[in-house]
Amino acid sequence: MTDSTSFTNQKFKVIGQRVRRQDGMDKVTGRAKYGADAVAPGQLVGVILRSPHAHAKIKKIDTSKAEKLKGVKAVITSKDLPDHTDGDRDLLSMLENCMARGRALYDGHAVAAIAAVDASTARKALKLIKVDYKVLPHVTDVDAAMQDDAPVIHDWVRTIGVEPAPTKGSNIPMRSEFGHGDVDAGFAKADVIIEKSYKTEQTHQGYIEPHACLASMSPDGSGELWVTTQGHFAYRNWCAQLLGLDMSKLKVTSSEIGGGFGGKTHIWMEPIALALSRKANRPVKVVMSREEVFRASGPTSSTSIDVKIGATKDGRIVAATSECRYQGGAFPGSWAVIGAMTSFACYDLENVKTVGYEVVCNRPKVAAYRAPSAPMASFATESTVDLVAEALGMDPVDFRILNAAKEGTRASYGPTYGPIGIGPTLEAVKKHPHMRAKLKKNQGRGMACGFWFNFGGQTSCTINVAADGTVNLSVGTIDVGGSRSSLSMICAEELGISYNQVRTHIGDTAALAHNDMTDGSRGTFASGMAAIIAARRTKEVLKQRAATAWEIPVEDIEWQDGHAVAIGKKHSKLEPLSLADIAANTENTGGPVAGHNEFVADGAGVSFASHICDVDVDPETGATRVIRYTVIQDAGKAIHPDYVEGQFQGGAAQGIGWALNEEYIYGEDGRLQNPGFLDYRIPVCSDLPFIDTQILEIPNPNHPYGVRGVGETSIVPPLAAVGNAVSNAVGVRMTHVPMSPPRILAALEAEE
Amino acid sequence: MSGAHVSTTVNGDAVQFACPNDESLLDSLRNRVGLTGVKEGCGTGDCGACSITLDDRLVCSCLVLGVEANGKQIGTVEGLADGDKLHPLQENFIKHAALQCGICTPGFLVAAKVLLERNPDPSEEEIRYALAGNLCRCTGYDKIVRAVQATAKDLRKKSKKKS
Repeated sequence: MTDSTSFTNQKFKVIGQRVRRQDGMDKVTGRAKYGADAVAPGQLVGVILRSPHAHAKIKKIDTSKAEKLKGVKAVITSKDLPDHTDGDRDLLSMLENCMARGRALYDGHAVAAIAAVDASTARKALKLIKVDYKVLPHVTDVDAAMQDDAPVIHDWVRTIGVEPAPTKGSNIPMRSEFGHGDVDAGFAKADVIIEKSYKTEQTHQGYIEPHACLASMSPDGSGELWVTTQGHFAYRNWCAQLLGLDMSKLKVTSSEIGGGFGGKTHIWMEPIALALSRKANRPVKVVMSREEVFRASGPTSSTSIDVKIGATKDGRIVAATSECRYQGGAFPGSWAVIGAMTSFACYDLENVKTVGYEVVCNRPKVAAYRAPSAPMASFATESTVDLVAEALGMDPVDFRILNAAKEGTRASYGPTYGPIGIGPTLEAVKKHPHMRAKLKKNQGRGMACGFWFNFGGQTSCTINVAADGTVNLSVGTIDVGGSRSSLSMICAEELGISYNQVRTHIGDTAALAHNDMTDGSRGTFASGMAAIIAARRTKEVLKQRAATAWEIPVEDIEWQDGHAVAIGKKHSKLEPLSLADIAANTENTGGPVAGHNEFVADGAGVSFASHICDVDVDPETGATRVIRYTVIQDAGKAIHPDYVEGQFQGGAAQGIGWALNEEYIYGEDGRLQNPGFLDYRIPVCSDLPFIDTQILEIPNPNHPYGVRGVGETSIVPPLAAVGNAVSNAVGVRMTHVPMSPPRILAALEAEE
Repeated sequence: MSGAHVSTTVNGDAVQFACPNDESLLDSLRNRVGLTGVKEGCGTGDCGACSITLDDRLVCSCLVLGVEANGKQIGTVEGLADGDKLHPLQENFIKHAALQCGICTPGFLVAAKVLLERNPDPSEEEIRYALAGNLCRCTGYDKIVRAVQATAKDLRKKSKKKS
């Protein structure tokens, strides 16, 4: 029972309440410390010199003048980062992405770095470094990079997943395939077949806090790193591996994180900061500028996707295929795999085949962005689904309900689903008043579905009981959206005490066993599950202490509402002992009370959402306004409904920005043209309406409280929901995201 | 780079600092005055995370030089609370879950305070346009607008009681 993770269907006292967030006070007073807010005595300012070329051989770097400038304490190039990767190509790529080794592979690629006494000196010194480049041919477009005449970026890349195995270098590191049944036979039965190609442009997570860290290395090989990250254990491991350090000697402390959305799951300038600190033997702070964040962190893929769906007159999809070509930046990734896996995950299909092509380009290496790769695949699928419904003369919601995956459906990517929420979200869409609201001229409504896997992963936590009966929970998953409060609620629920008696903190890498990153919507799911088990173990200890104090067998004791209660008539004189009573007496009953859990949090429940969007399109300018938006998503169990709603709304807003405005624009020269918030425009307050939310709770059978991850799924449907709405408003099918005013006008003109 | 001596008032207190002539007020406040509640999100005046008041004018401190603060009154998020009593905006941001990561929160609070001082009864649209210079990537702005609406209501009730 203690360690079981099965769903218990218990009644809750704390879970589901809208309590005050524990990090709120620090965040509204300016006291919360983020990546750039730490200070160390004697710290230097670290800055990075970046390639202005999309692809260039680095013939020579002359740092002598910079080194001689007064106030410069260290200058490094790739020579100061020797290869400790021992033949691990992925790790070497990571090192090469942190600092170019002989070749600059994208505009913004780091080539050298400086630590100096102040920012002015550091900036001045940067200009004194002379880099002799030989510019090489480049490619930044996903389809162009796949052509035979494209410049091959890495001659060591061989396409995995094709027969016969290639012998030549390629820009396609991998082909992947998923599906089941016989799609040719399926299409042969179809009354209607729609085939369409789509493109989506590259976007950035757009977290408001730039990457920042404070590194402090000592000559004895020990060090500390304060950093904004979604995973300080992963950062610790990677930095130690790349710099040839013992992992245990590098203590990484996570700062408050000013947004990540997947973009803070990779290292960029952290090893550089550590290497600078090692060379200077002084603490070094490195803070990226916004321009650096855009040019040289990890945006999401641009894509090119073909979808083909066939259906019979009665509205059943009989075959579906997709080919997902995903641009992954300058090094191999596995983003198209996820696109191919998620393409048709919402549907119950007899015949389905999806193919993914990873593509390398002269752009920054792609990182995760909230349900990475799924929104683009969903845009292509859900746009085509609308077209099929239209061709059949069916209501698009009814058509989706008829074909929706359900418990027992074999997913297009392999596994068989347990209880899932796609059907219920669609039924909720059908019933929602939003669907019956009147539209005016030039307005359109669209809806779309989305899926995300969610993830569990390695997790550890510790519960410490203080002498006054209040409790600290230490977890190793970064809090990106309120998880410390949610985890305190879970701990309080399990211990039978009040929320205010529990305070949750993020432990550093030396305080806890390894924790995977906060990714895959796992923070509250996995650390919550770990906290439940740790709390149950804590209760076992507390019961034992009561038994010792009472001198009765522990089997006679139950834990009820935060108290040890002696059961049975023979103990009727024993007054229940509260957690505080027991905590006050630990000296005499066996020492401090704690509970731990270290495990792999398996059983993350998949999650589904359906979104409804109304837009108003100005046919003269092509400008689009979202005038109403509704998110309906299965949360399994909402621990803190405010934060679940917040995830729904935030993901929807990011998706709306992606659908309408946001895109990386590269020039012919392969340089990023819009590395700033003025030209890369994310939605502002006046761009959006209130975003309505409806939380459905279809319990995850593999979590004691039924929790599913909630953070990511909300960004999956918006591209298609907005796309379907715009297409319905203007009467032309939109196939290229973002649907910026020029693209809408071009589509209207092409139609005329 | 030559520097200058700056005498200014920050959140009501006299403050002096020396800074290079090319240093932004944002950097001066963060690195010399120690007020790290003022955040840098872009350094180009596009995100509003560094919003402060300069003689009651709402500005992006990244677009002002440190030396320009000489003789001026600066207001930052650190000056919002009255002793141990939070400003109603701070209270409502917590109550309405109007923050997630919190990096944009200081800028929003300062901008919203300026709005409510000028317009105690703003419409939703007025709130949205007044806060359009502050970027938030976590919330979709929904709960931020609701927190500002709730604060406006609270403050109107309060001023009615007073009168």
